Amino acid sequence: MVDSFSGGSAPALDRAGGSHSPGPEHEPGHGSAEHAHGGYNLTGFVIFLASESLIFAALFAAYIVLKGSAPLWLPAGVEGLEVRDPLINTIVLVSSSGVAWLAERALHRRQLVRFRLWWLLTMAMGTWFVVGQAREWLGLPFGLGDGVFGASFYLLTGFHGLHVITGVLLMALMLWRSFRPGNYDGGEAGVTSVGLFWHFVDVIWIVLFALLYLWQGR
Amino acid sequence: MSTTPIAFDPRALRAPHPVPGAPDNWRRFFTFNTDAKVIGIQYIALALLFLLVGGLLAMIMRGELITPPADLVDPSVYNGLYTMHGTVMLFLFLFPILNGFNNLLIPPMIGAPDMAFPRLNALAFWMFPVFGVVLMASFLVPGGPASSGWWAYPPLSTQNPLGLLINGQFLWILAVAISGVSSILGAVNFCTTIIRMRAPGMGWFRMPIFCWTALAAQTIQLAGLPVLTAGAVMLLFDLSFGTSFFKPEGGGDPMLYQHFFWFYSHPAVYVMVLPVFGFFSEIFPVYARKPLFGYHVVAIASFGIVLLSLIVWVHHMFTSGTPQWMRHVFMVTTMLIAVPTGIKVFAWLATLWRGKLWLTTAMLFAMGGVFNFIFAGITGIMLATVPVDVHVGNTYFVVGHFHTVIFSTITFGVYAAIYHWFAKFTGRMLYEGLGKVHFALTFVGAQLNFLPMHWAGLMGMPRRVASYDPEFALANVLASLGAFLLGVAMIPFLLNLVSSWVRGAPAPANPWQAIGLEWLLPSPPPAENFEHDVPTVISGPYGYGLGHPLVADQARYESRLKEA
Repeated sequence: MVDSFSGGSAPALDRAGGSHSPGPEHEPGHGSAEHAHGGYNLTGFVIFLASESLIFAALFAAYIVLKGSAPLWLPAGVEGLEVRDPLINTIVLVSSSGVAWLAERALHRRQLVRFRLWWLLTMAMGTWFVVGQAREWLGLPFGLGDGVFGASFYLLTGFHGLHVITGVLLMALMLWRSFRPGNYDGGEAGVTSVGLFWHFVDVIWIVLFALLYLWQGR
Repeated sequence: MSTTPIAFDPRALRAPHPVPGAPDNWRRFFTFNTDAKVIGIQYIALALLFLLVGGLLAMIMRGELITPPADLVDPSVYNGLYTMHGTVMLFLFLFPILNGFNNLLIPPMIGAPDMAFPRLNALAFWMFPVFGVVLMASFLVPGGPASSGWWAYPPLSTQNPLGLLINGQFLWILAVAISGVSSILGAVNFCTTIIRMRAPGMGWFRMPIFCWTALAAQTIQLAGLPVLTAGAVMLLFDLSFGTSFFKPEGGGDPMLYQHFFWFYSHPAVYVMVLPVFGFFSEIFPVYARKPLFGYHVVAIASFGIVLLSLIVWVHHMFTSGTPQWMRHVFMVTTMLIAVPTGIKVFAWLATLWRGKLWLTTAMLFAMGGVFNFIFAGITGIMLATVPVDVHVGNTYFVVGHFHTVIFSTITFGVYAAIYHWFAKFTGRMLYEGLGKVHFALTFVGAQLNFLPMHWAGLMGMPRRVASYDPEFALANVLASLGAFLLGVAMIPFLLNLVSSWVRGAPAPANPWQAIGLEWLLPSPPPAENFEHDVPTVISGPYGYGLGHPLVADQARYESRLKEA
């Protein structure tokens, strides 16, 4: 909810945003170079991500406290979580960060076609992750109402999944924009921001995977 | 960085020309306008409207409490009243009105044309009427509004006796969530603007204190609000989707919610009080005609408060079964907050010391606010002390302390800011006579309203009750009279605001002979402030009596104002 708003709009809402040819009245008064305007976007986005990471920190803290103190953890008939498929999913998602980095490097070198290919591959890997997550959800023997275990599992994975979907949508937006002539004249802050968001989503998942799947005993 | 002055047309400074294409009249306040000065006034006007709503709820409550039995309203209605009074005053009055001042003051004070993200800014503002309507709509749903207090502690807040999805508590959580999103967007914008868009030459230690305190307050928003959001999401799931994060019967932990809530909501008080410290620091030097005492220390103390504010929240939970070691730790951290706040208070007093005081309404409100804050600070230290807190926790002593902070300090500071900057941003002078009547009524009303609450609390009167033992009657009669007096005080205030804006005397660019970038602009400032002709700052703020200019080529900026 938070990110779909600001993540989606921050690249477009900059007062002198790269691709929106601004009128003279919309340029900051103290003559910073054109590429610095995109810097507002990046500054704002980094501040936003730092704040957003604290939602996850709070949810992780809640999970650790609840798991440590709940008299009953696993619902009756549930042995634990299957690790194999989520592990494959994890590998795909984490390596997609590297692919996103390749895409950014290609863009930096102005190899647009290569950028779009790597970027598409990142999106595909993200989509693979979301589909895998959905398949896992459908096959689980417990629901949202099955104790704190079920509730926190679905809340954590669901909230993270929303971020992955947001990330893929933002990447689609950046891909579409890459076809507009002169899109990168004002810098690449949009792609850099989305790239940062993607790395952020991956790092969160690594912690989440460790908490949910690797730390199963009590 | 040098800028070439462009051909200057003095006529451009006469009227506040809004952004191109927007209507140049009152209608622009009802549009999706991206000009920070329009958004600032939108925030302030709508927040004042909700101040009336919250005040009305308070006066109904005080009407109920003027006699010991519950006779005016039903006790369950009373629960809804205090819940909504607190929520409206914090989320619909104080946060938005301070965001309004952030919008008005930050760009001109640092010489920026606007906020870093103007459209995001307008989006954040327009969420305010949305969550305002959502919260007001909760009066109309079956079962009435949320009634679990503005803390919304489970298990009370997870009760849903009617079994409806859309209930008062649901709408309350929704409103708080939208408010949180709006505040985060605002915080990102304010921080980016202050960090990236300062005028040439304006290093960190040439920045006005208000910008320091705004940055500090917005840092708290960024650090605390996500945690409240996480707690609110879990509460919503417990209330509406059958989970049991905070329900002991399902393996959850109700104390966890209290940690989440206070991790944000204690620092939230600093989010509100820090900008007010900024107002005091701006206003005292102007009307004492002296530089702010200890500028560097006052600036840094803001961030001292930020750091400490994030590690004190458990003092709200001393009586919630908190382990003894935690009580010790949080008692010490809470008391430490008195150090940076005390530094500020002494800096203001030293600024006033042997100054040539000019007792305008703004100055009276600022001095009254600091006077009340010292009292609130002392009761705050009392409450931080575990044995005292265990004795007076959940009594009217806490209510009295809190209102002395929230109303008698923060709202006094907001009033001071309105009287100080109204002329700058509307181009009209407020009437000093009505202002002084407003101050006198407000000051007396506040003391009469909130001092007896401390007394009732020390005698043991619990908070959040519609009826009470007759031994507390005198204190409650006095408090109720004070509350009604505060209601009366709104009449000269609103009369002053409306009539001055419509037909007040036109304001000069610098009616208080103040020093600061915003006073080098005409009243009201043009849409893009200095546009391309941003002055280069060559000295620190508050150079009263020092005789050195604030900006390079100051004479040109001043003569420009005279031409206009």
